Amino acid sequence: MKITFDWLKDHLSVSDKEEKLLEKLTDIGLEVESVENLSEGLDLFKIAKILKTEKHPNADRLKVCDVDVGEKEIKKVVCGAPNAREGLITVYAPPGAVIPKNNTKLVIAKIRDVTSYGMLCSESELNLSEESDGITELSSSKYNKSIGKSFFTQSSSNLIDLSITPNRPDCLGVRGIARDLAASGFGKLKQIKEQKIKSKKSQTVKVKITNEKNQGCFSFGSCLVTNVKNTESPKWLKDKLISIGQKPISAIVDITNYVMIDINRPLHAYDADKIEKRIIVRNSKSGEEFTALDKKNYKLEDDMCVISDDKGVLGLGGIIGGTRSGTEMDTQNVLIESAYFDPRSIRRTAKRLNIDTDAKFRFERGIDQLSIEEGLNKAAFLIKEICGGEISKIDIQKISTFKNQIIKFDPNSFEEVTGFKILTKDMLKILDNLGFTCKKNKKIFKLTIPSWRPDITQEIDVVEELVRIVGYDKIKIEEPVKERKKSTLTQTQKLFHFLQRSVASKGYLEAITWSFTDAKYNDHFKGQNDELKIVNPISSELGVLRNSIFSNLIMYMSKNIDRGFKDLSFFEIGPTFFGKQPGEQNIVVCGLSAGKKSRLSWLETERNIDVFDIKKDVVQTLVEAGYDSEKFFIDDETPDYYHPGKSGRLFLNRGKENVAAYFGEIHPNIIKQIDMKTESLVGFEIFLDNLKLPKKSLKDQKTKYSVSDYQKSERDFAFIVDKKINVQDLVNVISNVDKNLISNIKVFDVYEGDNIPENQKSIAISVTIQSQEKTLKDADLDQINKSIIETVENKTGAKIRS
Amino acid sequence: MSDIKNIRDQFVSKLKNELSLDEINSIKTELFGKNGQISSLFKTVGSIPESHRKNFAANLNKIKDELQSLILEKIKEIETKEINQKLEKERVDITLPGRSFVRGKIHPVSQTIDEISSIFSEIGFSVEEGPDVENEYNNFTALNTPDNHPARDMHDTFYLDENKEVLLRTHTSPVQIRTMLKDKPPFKIIAPGRTYRSDSDQTHAPMFHQVEGLHIDKNINMGHLKGCLNYFIKEFFEVEKIKMRFRPSHFPFTEPSAEVDIGYEIKDGKIVIGEGDQWLEILGCGMVHPNVLKNVKVDPAKYQGYAFGIGIDRLAMLKYGINDLRAFFDCDYRWLNHFGFDPLDVPTNYRGLSR
Repeated sequence: MKITFDWLKDHLSVSDKEEKLLEKLTDIGLEVESVENLSEGLDLFKIAKILKTEKHPNADRLKVCDVDVGEKEIKKVVCGAPNAREGLITVYAPPGAVIPKNNTKLVIAKIRDVTSYGMLCSESELNLSEESDGITELSSSKYNKSIGKSFFTQSSSNLIDLSITPNRPDCLGVRGIARDLAASGFGKLKQIKEQKIKSKKSQTVKVKITNEKNQGCFSFGSCLVTNVKNTESPKWLKDKLISIGQKPISAIVDITNYVMIDINRPLHAYDADKIEKRIIVRNSKSGEEFTALDKKNYKLEDDMCVISDDKGVLGLGGIIGGTRSGTEMDTQNVLIESAYFDPRSIRRTAKRLNIDTDAKFRFERGIDQLSIEEGLNKAAFLIKEICGGEISKIDIQKISTFKNQIIKFDPNSFEEVTGFKILTKDMLKILDNLGFTCKKNKKIFKLTIPSWRPDITQEIDVVEELVRIVGYDKIKIEEPVKERKKSTLTQTQKLFHFLQRSVASKGYLEAITWSFTDAKYNDHFKGQNDELKIVNPISSELGVLRNSIFSNLIMYMSKNIDRGFKDLSFFEIGPTFFGKQPGEQNIVVCGLSAGKKSRLSWLETERNIDVFDIKKDVVQTLVEAGYDSEKFFIDDETPDYYHPGKSGRLFLNRGKENVAAYFGEIHPNIIKQIDMKTESLVGFEIFLDNLKLPKKSLKDQKTKYSVSDYQKSERDFAFIVDKKINVQDLVNVISNVDKNLISNIKVFDVYEGDNIPENQKSIAISVTIQSQEKTLKDADLDQINKSIIETVENKTGAKIRS
Repeated sequence: MSDIKNIRDQFVSKLKNELSLDEINSIKTELFGKNGQISSLFKTVGSIPESHRKNFAANLNKIKDELQSLILEKIKEIETKEINQKLEKERVDITLPGRSFVRGKIHPVSQTIDEISSIFSEIGFSVEEGPDVENEYNNFTALNTPDNHPARDMHDTFYLDENKEVLLRTHTSPVQIRTMLKDKPPFKIIAPGRTYRSDSDQTHAPMFHQVEGLHIDKNINMGHLKGCLNYFIKEFFEVEKIKMRFRPSHFPFTEPSAEVDIGYEIKDGKIVIGEGDQWLEILGCGMVHPNVLKNVKVDPAKYQGYAFGIGIDRLAMLKYGINDLRAFFDCDYRWLNHFGFDPLDVPTNYRGLSR
């Protein structure tokens, strides 16, 4: 909502400075968004007289004019306007002036070799009207003595832009703002006596509101002004509209705009002669069409509130009028509409047709239902004053009657909510100033809510009014109590934070990427999931919810590699989605590593980062989080975005209940399709929701301390096994031979090739054997040796290598 | 007697020379070998007259000890020298780089969330969460923002179905609804998380982070709200004093509602929080609207309290001097490395938020 202090003063007697006003506005909840000096630089525009015109030597259509701008020196100005002629008084803009229409700054310019000092302006360039065919013509009788004076009257008032919250439609009018200010002690609200129409002429255009279901119009007031002469608005009215950044159009249109801004009463003016017989306010039928004042053609659906005549739709009630019945300069009879439309109906229609207008903005927030007559009175008298004509009686049709709302208010509720007290006397004064009427019934107030405040519906709203006007700075600070009754984080939340920092500590940079992604990338990683489209994405590249974090991480990894970085590790912890219903999401820790280890190292040979690097990160992270790696079970069933032979699936135990993690090389086809330039790309996903929470607290996790001081022995074995046998199984077989004595098993070599039969491999294992009770004798050790070899050979078909 | 002294003097002076290990060993033999000079003298002890014998033996023993320890010392000296020579040959250029390490970092938003949780933990808030995909009821209707409410326009919502029934939550406030439906009052929670609006330019991202706060109990009033936020802002920005301004505003789910500004100034191109006469809006808050409480079956006649919503990304930007919001989500290695935090820098109550 744009206002000026000057306009406010139409409604407010006040002696304070603008600075104070701005402070006060913000203090009472009418936030000042910006303050702009619109007239800055406008003093440069001078009233000037063309003394002489000559044809431009190099251009047929241009003239070179000698212009008197009230200075000693006569200015040479090149001008293309057909009406530029000797003796014309017009508006001159010197170099340095900024043209209001397009915000360009003038410079001294050579136009076809003739230097032009400034410019003669059209009305359109000055934002005075749409007139752009020639330069402004000022009447010589009126302006002859003003040559050299500033064309624009200086307004000291800045343009103040307020951000009005949607609950305050009343403050979409200057008077409403003035009322709030007066209630807060900034000035006094002027009592303006309403001039009422006392006509004997009847309003001859018949109006009917159809009484049907979902009728969006509750009442429709109208007044006919006949025999008018539409004209340019007088200066005061033009200045008023210009002062808040609006462009004057014609007196009739300007008047309706003025009334709307002044008292928040939207009106519509029809050319009565263009109305076919009568006005019917009704619901639209699907397929009806009309051309609106924004020059767009709208196709209507069922149940939109339209103003129509016998020929068809004239306009969308409370949203936008149509071109067919619009007023023009030659309009003789004006029908003014002042109606009340249901906010919900307005909003529904405007949303469906995607229209936004000043009227719609106001009606959807709720217009004062009792302002219909005031609007008609004000507009009709102004039209009569400016355009002449005769005013008819006011006609009001309605399908429901408005009743002010009444609320019971307990003054004690103020302190309960705000924590401080104000006197009942002060409460009453504030409420009175805001337009409430108050009956005191014992200790309870019975408040009649002003018709312009549809937002006030219950006691708490009244508390808000009071504390807002008294000032939020009066609320006392209650220091918080430092007391914790419940633990801050749940087990799952603790695990989230632990995994996050654990992965980061392994050299991964934490990224946060969008929860949505490019369907193209997501396609690679969605697995069995459905694609989850967003209906209204911000762009097609962010069109679907991510089924996996990989899509985003890989895309950004690729970007970083394009920046010239080679060895990078990123991770993200966040949601992935498997359905469109709330809760159909998982928390995943997803890491991605590219490039080499020990690149360009003087110490070590460089090598590609590989699946066992990433396996280490996953296993170590889980172990640090409190899971027992002895119990982990790993197989190779992984989603198809992993390398089928170099990826793994990890379970926390052999029960294989929920997948704890996947890890492995990213499928080379994907890397190729994405065109990522890297030597190697490995990744992992840990599924937080699948990790069973370690139930025990740290103190319970510590079991009894027992270590063996007896001699331990290490025995090495080399088995030749079928290639398909995996080491995990082999190790399990060995550890089951004697859980008490075998304390550690380590694989130290895997070999295929020379001396080993095809489809077989040699696995070398070191087994540590130690007793808790005694020093083992050679015989004991030999027994275990034998057991190990026998069991392995029996269970896996392996052969001990001799 | 003089023999002993001569031997002693002669060998002490010998042992003062630079000697090799071999030379020392031959001296050792010369003295203590089978026919060594000292050994020989010991053999004569029996032939010494009774009166002198004790004295002689004592002297001889003394000289023996002295020479032996001198020899030992000499050997040690030589060994040390040899080791030192050997070590000198092994010398490396210690300025060469060690084995390389990569440093991981925590994203500033995550760090900020941990800081926020740590601060609110101190005054008894616990952390709640909710899903990113919400239904229209929890995100709007239950929060006193029915369909056709103009306030819905302020949230440019991403929808997942044509009927606009499921959406990406536009704020963390639906967690209030979920929490209050699930449990019984009192409630004292914060809910940090991702939020979404179909908005994208320099200062808006389609995804951002908010933290919701909710405190419902008997007799919780606006003074408590002010106290809580005042405490939080001071702790978060790690300043002694804070200039804070409560300004009336409007949110459908709170009444009365306020926006909170903090005072700041720009010093040497950097923003200083808590001083100066510029105001910066950082959060919205208010007393939970009775309609909301009714929607979640909490009796507004018995319970009341406050709620607030803070932009986490914005807090992080202010605290750590980050200018561009979009960069948070761009995953640029250089940016993450610059603005990220060491994973060991865990904000806690006892060690504070910063080092």
